[in-house]
Amino acid sequence: MLHELISLMAECLEKEPEEIKETDEFREYEEWDSLAYLSVIAAIDDAYGLVVPVEDFRSCRTVQALADYVASHKE
Amino acid sequence: MPYLRFQNVGISAIAGVVPKRVIDNYHYTHFMTDKEVQTLISMTGIAARRFAEVDTCSSDLCIAAAEKLFSEANVDRNEIDVLLFVSQTPDYRTPPSSMMIADKLRLKKDIGAFDINLGCSGFVYGLHAAFMYASQIEIRKVLLLNGETKSKAYSSRDKATSLLFGDGAAATLVEKVNAANPTIMSMNSNGAGYKHIMMPGGGYRKPSSEETLMEKKYPDGSIRTEEQGAMDGEAVFNFTITDVPKDIKETLMESGLAWDDIDYFVPHQANRFITDHIAKKFKITPEKLLYSLHKYGNTSSVSIPLTIADWFPFGIRQGKTKILLTGFGVGLSWGTVITDLKDCFNCGVGEF
Repeated sequence: MLHELISLMAECLEKEPEEIKETDEFREYEEWDSLAYLSVIAAIDDAYGLVVPVEDFRSCRTVQALADYVASHKE
Repeated sequence: MPYLRFQNVGISAIAGVVPKRVIDNYHYTHFMTDKEVQTLISMTGIAARRFAEVDTCSSDLCIAAAEKLFSEANVDRNEIDVLLFVSQTPDYRTPPSSMMIADKLRLKKDIGAFDINLGCSGFVYGLHAAFMYASQIEIRKVLLLNGETKSKAYSSRDKATSLLFGDGAAATLVEKVNAANPTIMSMNSNGAGYKHIMMPGGGYRKPSSEETLMEKKYPDGSIRTEEQGAMDGEAVFNFTITDVPKDIKETLMESGLAWDDIDYFVPHQANRFITDHIAKKFKITPEKLLYSLHKYGNTSSVSIPLTIADWFPFGIRQGKTKILLTGFGVGLSWGTVITDLKDCFNCGVGEF
């Protein structure tokens, strides 16, 4: 899941997968903005049929936390 | 709420009107960098919009749309028994605009008329009311007017909204039709999300004051007053890709139809990223998905009828008239309508 999510985020943020580490707080990325948010939420929905609620998403600080959340909530 | 179903009521004519003034989104603001603007436009699909002049109100645009409809669809205005005006930008806080509009249109004196305060779901909600009235034995014609001048309600320095909204109006005539036109409509709301799209100041909870008129800077760098519209894009996006597709899916299932039976999908023209995402969920092919947002922007409750008016000469020529439309927005509120436009005279889109 972690690797899948990293490649998904890399595509949304137009970064290289190697630039994304599980401990990263992704909101700190220079590329992170409200449009990046929409891309990531939409891509997670496409890939896993899961729309992460706003509050839950806000509580996920790191890439690992988001990966764990998606893994435990996907269809 | 339960579904509404109709057999012998339909849309008999539709006309759109947009202001002449074209806003080129690529050159609208210096508040964002060129790169930010380009990224935003590539996502929303909104390259241009129309803005009304300072002294033009939604009601003026609606009157123009109604007159266009009367003359081109050859409608006897004396047969209109009910007028509905859906808008969030009326002329005054009071009185309602619908009665003044009826008077200016020289409709009959004892007409039933009222305003409906709704945004992007307003065409669907308006159709609910219009079809309900039109199905009454003694009601002949119902005129549904949707009009917005959102350009006056949002800050040009708000990153979430400044490149989205456009102005326009649409007139839709609803009446009984001879051949059966099975129609189904859903209507939903969730007031827990009232803050997601909101103008917090200037009402009676927080009356207009120096404070509500003061420009404030928000964490994303946007600048607006409390009397300008604000949207929590993240929350609204989540709502549009969860509740809205669920409603579309359930309404289609209730109708007994399948996507193959639907000729065109006409979503509220919120922004292309949202509507493409919804369409993708249902594997709707691009030929079936109608857009007008690239030239008119998000015109709130006007966007669905404006898109139909813009597109439907083609659809009718091809005999493809079964449509599924969905509106969603402020409230929160949302709904889906499946109907047939086979009896609809399309007057197209004019300029004011």
